[in-house]
Amino acid sequence: MSISVNHLSKHFGAFTALDNINLDIPEGELVALLGPSGCGKTTLLRIIAGLEQADQGDVFLKGDKVTDKPVKNRQIGFVFQHYALFRHMSVFENVAFGLRVKPRRERLSEADITKKVHTLLELVQLDWLHDRYPDQLSGGQRQRIALARALAVEPSVLLLDEPFGALDASVRKDLRQWLRNLHHDLNVTSIFVTHDQEEAMEVASQVVVLNHGRIEQQGSPSDIYDHPANAFVSRFIGQTNIFDLDQQDNDWLQTAGLLTPQQGKIAHVRPHDIVIEKPTADSDAFVTLKDWQHLGSLIRIELVNSASNPAVSVYAEMPNDQFKRLHLNRGDKVDLRIRHAHWFH
Amino acid sequence: MNAISAPSFIASKKLTLSDPDWVRYALIGLTLSIIGLFLVLPLLTVLVEAFAKGWTTYSSSLTHPDALASMRLTLLIALITVPLTTVFGVSAAWAIARFDFRGKSLLTTLIDLPFSVSPVIAGLIYVLIFGAQGWLGPWFSEHDIKIIFAVPGIILATLFVTFPFVARELIPLMQEIGHEEEEAALSLGASGWQTFFKVTIPNVKWGLLNGVLLCNARAMGEFGAVSVVSGHIRGLTNTLPLHVEVSYNEYDFVGSFAGASLLAALAVVTLVFKTVLEWKQNQDKKLKAKG
Repeated sequence: MSISVNHLSKHFGAFTALDNINLDIPEGELVALLGPSGCGKTTLLRIIAGLEQADQGDVFLKGDKVTDKPVKNRQIGFVFQHYALFRHMSVFENVAFGLRVKPRRERLSEADITKKVHTLLELVQLDWLHDRYPDQLSGGQRQRIALARALAVEPSVLLLDEPFGALDASVRKDLRQWLRNLHHDLNVTSIFVTHDQEEAMEVASQVVVLNHGRIEQQGSPSDIYDHPANAFVSRFIGQTNIFDLDQQDNDWLQTAGLLTPQQGKIAHVRPHDIVIEKPTADSDAFVTLKDWQHLGSLIRIELVNSASNPAVSVYAEMPNDQFKRLHLNRGDKVDLRIRHAHWFH
Repeated sequence: MNAISAPSFIASKKLTLSDPDWVRYALIGLTLSIIGLFLVLPLLTVLVEAFAKGWTTYSSSLTHPDALASMRLTLLIALITVPLTTVFGVSAAWAIARFDFRGKSLLTTLIDLPFSVSPVIAGLIYVLIFGAQGWLGPWFSEHDIKIIFAVPGIILATLFVTFPFVARELIPLMQEIGHEEEEAALSLGASGWQTFFKVTIPNVKWGLLNGVLLCNARAMGEFGAVSVVSGHIRGLTNTLPLHVEVSYNEYDFVGSFAGASLLAALAVVTLVFKTVLEWKQNQDKKLKAKG
């Protein structure tokens, strides 16, 4: 295990930020700590880095217990949400910082430092900016410089706090892809914190879902999407329709194919597990097509069952061309079929 | 609403922003005459009086042993108090900007205390504590340590009045800059001292220099607090401001104004330095913001 966390707890006054966290991260993974704001994900990252002390529990990096080691001895690379570049230093000096503060006998020669810094700047494709100051860079450039600076000390683990949080949507998309590729090339165990489930699913090889200071689920993106461990994870990852069979008039749902199983009363249905069809002559269509939105290759369809009490909105998704072939208009009655549901209590 | 065309809107705005000419000239004239009357004229008087009996008298009164002793003492006081105040200011600013603790706002208020207390009171406090009839006076005199009417008392009084200068410059600055860059330095393997000297200090250097400059001006120019504790012993405990007063009281006007001219020169030098600092700081900003 490259990073291990055992029985970690942290309180801020009466607020519990982390509640008995256990986490193992194998070598070479790119892990997302995902959760809503205030769930403790940044605190966990900062405790692993040593920027914050836990009340209880231990942190292991590469098998070494580092709980009581100060940050500077942990051999970590940390990338801050707001970059935290040294504003009075040029880009070159920022990246060189970690190399220059080493004790004299470990320090590289000036020529080697220069060479290494330029190699790192080429890695993040920003060597042409080496004599600029942080104030003169865009957000995306600053973030890449911050990453190059963290990589300069050859960290055994790389920790990133909301690395794309402060960037424009388009820059964010590029940087996600770029981070994935970079991780693929360097293969250094990395953890990044995010509240954006799409980002976590797109970038990470492993996702850890946190809520209220606890780990709700850990697994690969497809694991978490296809087999959510509980209602929170199901709701938090991707879109979902929620039907509470105790609260609702549910005959129509059974007609749609939602049969009550033993393990729960609350059904979570992904929009793409809802199929809509043109009603046949003998079917008793009860759902109205209210509206739809284009999401690129997919169409998101809003349906209303006005017969049930109270009226229920249902969201479905299907490929664009398939929807076109149905020739449906707003206000049409449609047949609705539920292919699959996750059941929770 | 569309009836108001853009040009007429701009014209009316301009009209409301600029006052009539006579108001402008009256205000500028008033400001200039106040500055002339209360700042420039006294400064000129100091020079005129200092040179009233010619250059030789001026220079001989400045090279008089008592005058030289007062200059030496003033320099010594500044040399001791400015570094101490700087160290105190940096640590206080660090504590207040970086840590959360009970009584933090009280501490912030207390740092300002020397600004709100009359310097005479500051001097008096030390007389009451360390004086012959004071709380600790007997203990010190038993051990043959002189504080009041001696150099240590002057240093203490000067420290009291110069305490806030550096801290007040740094606290808002360090609060604004935040802690992240220091954390980044630590995560890159820098020690606490390396972080302090390579990241913290460079980020606050202009504010720090400004604070040190003002602190120095005050340390050299302080009269009230020092006057109470010094005892006016000629050649021993007279600082330059005290020397000015003593000479004046003895009708040695040339000596008094010659000393005053030095203090005035100190003020001018301080202002020049301050202007240069501000100019450098702006240059720095421009340099870094240039695309």
